[in-house]
Amino acid sequence: MIINHPHLGSRDASEFTILGDASLINRPDWQAGDADDAFYNYQYLRNNPAGLHRELWFHEQGDRSWLVVTRDTVTHAVIEVALASDVAKAAKAKAKTAQKTTPKKATTKKAVSKKTAAKKTATKRKAT
Amino acid sequence: MSAAILSQKNRITGGLVDRDQPLGFRFDGQHYTGFAGDTLASALLANDVRLVGRSFKYHRPRGILTAGSEEPNALVTIGDGAHQDPNSRATTAQLFDGMSAKSQTKIGHLSFDLMAVNDFLSPLLGAGFYYKTFMWPAAFWEKIYEPIIRKAAGLGSLSGLADPDQYDKGYLHCDLLVIGSGPSGLMAALAAAKSGLQIILADEDFCLGGRLNAERQEINGMESAAFAALCLAQLAAMDNVRILSKTTIFGAFDHGCYGALERVNEHNANGAIRQIFWHIRSQRCVLAAGATERPIAFSNNDRPGVMLAGAVRTYVNRFGVAPGKRVAIFTNNDDGWATAKDLHAAGVEVTAIIDSRTDIAKTPPTGVPTVLGGQIVNTTGRLGIRSVRLNNGTHIPADCLAISGGWSPTVHLTCHQRGRPVWNDAIAGFVPGGNLPDGMIVTGAANGVMTLASCLQNGLKAGQQAVRDLGRKPAAIKAPRATDESFAIQPFWHVKGSDKKAFVDFQNDVGVKDIKQSHREGFRSVEHLKRYTTLGMATDQGKIANIPGLAILADISGKTIAETGTTIFRPPYTPVPIAAFAGRSRGKDFRPTRLTPSHKWASAEGAVFVETGAWLRAQWYPKTGETEWRQSVDREVLATRASVGICDVTTLGKIDIQGRDAAAFLNHVYANGFAKLPIGKTRYGLMLREDGMVMDDGTTARLGETHYVMTTTTANAVGVFRHLEFCRQCLWPELDVQLISITEQYAQYAFAGPNARRLLEKLIDSGEDISNEAFPFMACGEISICGGVKARLFRISFSGELAFEIAVPSRYGDAMIRALMAAGEEFGVTPYGTEALGVMRIEKGHIAGNELNGQTTARQMGLGRMVAQSKDSIGLVLSRRPELVRDDDYELIGLKPVDSDQPLIAGSHFVGIGASTVAENDEGWVTSIAYSPHLKSAIGLGYIQRGNSRHGDIVRAVNLLGGQDIKVELCSPHFIDPEGTRLHG
Repeated sequence: MIINHPHLGSRDASEFTILGDASLINRPDWQAGDADDAFYNYQYLRNNPAGLHRELWFHEQGDRSWLVVTRDTVTHAVIEVALASDVAKAAKAKAKTAQKTTPKKATTKKAVSKKTAAKKTATKRKAT
Repeated sequence: MSAAILSQKNRITGGLVDRDQPLGFRFDGQHYTGFAGDTLASALLANDVRLVGRSFKYHRPRGILTAGSEEPNALVTIGDGAHQDPNSRATTAQLFDGMSAKSQTKIGHLSFDLMAVNDFLSPLLGAGFYYKTFMWPAAFWEKIYEPIIRKAAGLGSLSGLADPDQYDKGYLHCDLLVIGSGPSGLMAALAAAKSGLQIILADEDFCLGGRLNAERQEINGMESAAFAALCLAQLAAMDNVRILSKTTIFGAFDHGCYGALERVNEHNANGAIRQIFWHIRSQRCVLAAGATERPIAFSNNDRPGVMLAGAVRTYVNRFGVAPGKRVAIFTNNDDGWATAKDLHAAGVEVTAIIDSRTDIAKTPPTGVPTVLGGQIVNTTGRLGIRSVRLNNGTHIPADCLAISGGWSPTVHLTCHQRGRPVWNDAIAGFVPGGNLPDGMIVTGAANGVMTLASCLQNGLKAGQQAVRDLGRKPAAIKAPRATDESFAIQPFWHVKGSDKKAFVDFQNDVGVKDIKQSHREGFRSVEHLKRYTTLGMATDQGKIANIPGLAILADISGKTIAETGTTIFRPPYTPVPIAAFAGRSRGKDFRPTRLTPSHKWASAEGAVFVETGAWLRAQWYPKTGETEWRQSVDREVLATRASVGICDVTTLGKIDIQGRDAAAFLNHVYANGFAKLPIGKTRYGLMLREDGMVMDDGTTARLGETHYVMTTTTANAVGVFRHLEFCRQCLWPELDVQLISITEQYAQYAFAGPNARRLLEKLIDSGEDISNEAFPFMACGEISICGGVKARLFRISFSGELAFEIAVPSRYGDAMIRALMAAGEEFGVTPYGTEALGVMRIEKGHIAGNELNGQTTARQMGLGRMVAQSKDSIGLVLSRRPELVRDDDYELIGLKPVDSDQPLIAGSHFVGIGASTVAENDEGWVTSIAYSPHLKSAIGLGYIQRGNSRHGDIVRAVNLLGGQDIKVELCSPHFIDPEGTRLHG
């Protein structure tokens, strides 16, 4: 498998180690009221789709970048590769704006967007 | 030369062998001569050797069936001694002077194999026999049946010696990989190369050209073999072309990656590289792998002398060898007629063309009898075929029978990404379906194009398409002139009523009867058929047998072949030796050994080393007169606690952490607080996983405002670094912090004992102060030693003694240990290894790998209060899960045997006095054990339920594997100096 590293170009997968679902970037708020459940879900409940999957890969034999690789688990086609730090920064910025606009409902909104994301994955799965 | 030819009874004129280069070789001890350009098979045939092996199960005499890598019968052992290479195909082995080959699968002489009795026992050995025949009595299986079957079955055997040959690995990149150098492959390669693409042309043969060398056809007015040579010369002259002969592309992997095995000097390396395993990465691939001919099943269709019709042409046209003097031909398609024509042209007698078809109008060569609608029902001959019997009752004499059941496109590589081939009625074969590997174009016979002119055109088109796909303009090239020979086939797989010993898979001795039986017993899917009968298994992976096998299955079940489907093809296409995958990574080179800078010194001291990961660490340093390891370890422990000892701790992971937000980062990754650690101080840190379990521990020193150095355990150094990078990049990317591993940049030594400070004082430069006031317990900082060497000094202790750890750049590591030892001489300084280190940490109740096993919590280790509740750290939230804070949880305790003479065994389980030794009564387990020379007793650490409140209790430590059941007393894990006065001294 070849992974197109944003800085280093196409690299052989053997240079990387894989961690798994990129949802590990979205670590819950430790002080939220539902922190116990949120961390439980974060730690243990992951999607394992046959089809498009966002995964964390670590360029251990290279520049030590963590990457978010969008990969089709059926065909191994790599659709998109991004630096995990960019993805994480964007996610944090988004969460911040969401919090600013509706500070109290931030958690429920998160839950809703998660559901839609799940639905999206489901439709994608059907498509593939 | 003339003598060489005279001895080769079956050598005729023509072909691509070099008659000026005779090569001597041995087969089963007999001396023969062949020519350069021969394979072992062609040389054997030239010498009229027809019997080359015995079959796998029934030990039937077998000869050479094919002229390529699909060969199921002619498997031989090539080479002697450590060079012995079993299961080599005689049909691909390039002859060299001095080659030594042996037949396999026999006991005694090949012509009188003692195991041939199996042929008469064949009713017992049918499909699935190993599931049924030898089942009773059960006790007989392991002792009697299995060893006999193992000895009888199997192919060649290994030498049992280390492989003396060298192997290598390499990486190649190109725009276009062309697989196969027959007419289509050559044209594709020429089209792409002339358009400027970087190409690799690979072919498994040592002589490139594919079927062009095996046929007598005309292209552009010249012989096909000459045309191939011309094309290859053109390609070889181009800078953008790399030709890999003797190279099999054995697998098509993701994203344009191909596995290739180049047999550079197969069986004849003489110290040079034998094989190279290439990883080829190519934008595009043209698969021109050709097609494989298949036989027809009828009784005794496996006698030596039976050969595929295309292979007969190969031997006649390419090698100048007549496989027989009187050849009969059995065919269901026009290919058999081409064989008759070529044999006739070469002056070999053709005794009959037997065609299963009736309504065809073909003209045989002059004087050759033909039987239309003919079928062979049996053959005669013991160690070689003598005649065939037809369905009309006539006998036709033949010392060679050429069979053609049609050709199957070689679609294997198209299926390696789960592509499924589709049935094509016109050629009666499977052709590539959809789902091809990325960037693959299939052309020529591999794509079902079966005639010469069409293959040339098709290959050209494929090459041009690859050029266009890559955004280039194809060079204008015209397809060469050739005529399309006729190609017509009427499927005919087996002769009905001629089932007995009618073989389909020659390598596995699977016949029509076995397929029928499999179907009768319910194994009706092709995948079941394969497993039950072993059809299509072993070294040839059914290259010849698969299609006839499933066609016969389809016939029996009344389905079409398309409905029946195929088994899936997986890599490798032909066997790849493990040695090629290993390449140079064998023995000591399998993985690097990491040595600390003190290694030379420690070796000279006579240290005994232990592997910890890739590291070698000194385990203990035996002195003259010490005969047991315990003597050395006890001495090292006592000497350290009495005066001073030195231990190399370089292998601990060291991570340099810098940045404005380094403190905030450490506060996140450690469970305990790091925000307020002052400059010049070190702190013990406990690292949790997100699930709340303890991941690792170590110390982190603050060297400056924005500069920290973390240590990790030796075992977790890599994992912790990876985890920290994950935290830094994925969880807290906004923090200004950078990490780098400096494990190998610094040599680090711990020196411990009451005289540790005095020893160091002898080495520090003037102006440095390491008194207890200036440099108290847990202090750290840079220090100048030995006349200007900048070192890092940490006052930390694993042994519980007054102790320091000093780190110097690795290049000073060797000098440092020698300086420390010299300075310590007056104190009787003692180097100690990992065993003494272990004893001392157990005496102090310090946790290590055995306690940090990934399933234990801070609370269980007695470190629960270290987990700060007022900040966000990895693992905090989940460490509060109810199950992890149970009142009756396991807790770390110390233990010693009630009878101090008794040893302890790590891994023993705690069971109450008088309780029965069953799992329900298991209260905990012993994690670490040691002999404490201070307490003159074995001591241990362990986890037991409610351990903190059970100090003083007596329980049993039971180890059923070690045969031990003893009483132990539970106690505090701090066996020595529980107040810690020594380390503050």
